[in-house]
Amino acid sequence: MTALFIRDFRLALRAGGGALVGILFFLAVIAVVPFGVGPDLALLSRIGPAMLWIGALLAALLGLDRLFQADRDDGSLDLLVMAADRHMLGVTVLVKCFAHWTATVLPLVLAAPMLGLFMNMTPLAIGATALTLLVGTPAITLIGAVGAALAVSLPRGGLLVSVIVLPLTIPVLIFGVSAAYGATTESAPFLAPFLILAAITLFFAVIGPLAASAALKFSTD
Amino acid sequence: MRLVADKLSGERGGELIFSDLDFVIAAGAALLVTGPNGAGKSTLLRIIAGLLAPLSGNVRLEGGDGFPDVQSACHYLGHTNAMKPALSVRENLAFWQAFNGEARQDIDEALETVGLGGTDHLPFGYLSTGQKRRISIAKLLVSYRPVWLLDEPTAGLDKISESRFAGLMQGHLGEGGIIVAATHLPLGLDNAQELAMEGRG
Repeated sequence: MTALFIRDFRLALRAGGGALVGILFFLAVIAVVPFGVGPDLALLSRIGPAMLWIGALLAALLGLDRLFQADRDDGSLDLLVMAADRHMLGVTVLVKCFAHWTATVLPLVLAAPMLGLFMNMTPLAIGATALTLLVGTPAITLIGAVGAALAVSLPRGGLLVSVIVLPLTIPVLIFGVSAAYGATTESAPFLAPFLILAAITLFFAVIGPLAASAALKFSTD
Repeated sequence: MRLVADKLSGERGGELIFSDLDFVIAAGAALLVTGPNGAGKSTLLRIIAGLLAPLSGNVRLEGGDGFPDVQSACHYLGHTNAMKPALSVRENLAFWQAFNGEARQDIDEALETVGLGGTDHLPFGYLSTGQKRRISIAKLLVSYRPVWLLDEPTAGLDKISESRFAGLMQGHLGEGGIIVAATHLPLGLDNAQELAMEGRG
């Protein structure tokens, strides 16, 4: 399993792996917001956490369609499915998701504080947003794995994956943003939405790989 | 150890392509599956590998010590090589060895066996078609499985590699392994049973 993690991590970082695409997209989205919204610093800092979350959500969805498709194209997926007796397929999917998250989504979380400066956010708001992203984004990858597994045999499944996945990620977005706001405003709670966010991630850490592995089993014909 | 198929029927896209297939392969024996395109050779291999569900019937492994079912006892060499072009040959093979377990030959030894010693540092994508196929054959050697399912294993191989691969298969059979190969070309295996699939011509 460590071997699978290392392989997928390496692949994401090497040429054509697409780890950089997500972070460049994130940078592009956040960099244009101040131009679109205008130089209203109060407004920027108010919408900052939401913009970071939306940017990170869309960037995280970008490379997801290749999660299993690359393995299907070169025949590796057959062998991963066949090893089900040795490595439960759900665990294989979970490890692949974790490698994908580490290589392509974790850099987004790390870049978020820097991009937060573009949005005139306070250090507390930046910290809270980065923390909620850290806890919430794995759920996006895990939900995305289900979409990626369903669309694995479709040649142009990229947009379809995003469309399947996006509605399911709305709760992650809602609780992520409300926890980030809760940390900065007096009237809103932080802990409750944050814990729900963590619960969503844990929930999909179980449901996502199981659903994805069921979809993959039917994709091998 | 025996690989037994019992009244096996397979379908592709809702159409029956073979039915009531029975065969028994004993340890140390090979089965060559031949027939025209579309006769269901690959489908049969994928059913044995557990990647497709049979329409009816079943395949089972009798006396496969340590391997609970057919799927876990199989190496499947399909049309594609299951290797990543961006990773080096060594990284590819090391991954499959670690993932499949039951380590057998080490990577240098396996590369030496397929005649590609010293290529371990090259990215897999730099190799020629035949060399890629040979690396993929080396994958069969780095971890142990008693049953080899080979789908057109010699596609793209030159004469020397073909005879070397025939030797490898003989060695595997000599150790009590089982080979099921779908092929158009003679594989150089004497005393192999042949299963001719008729197809629709």
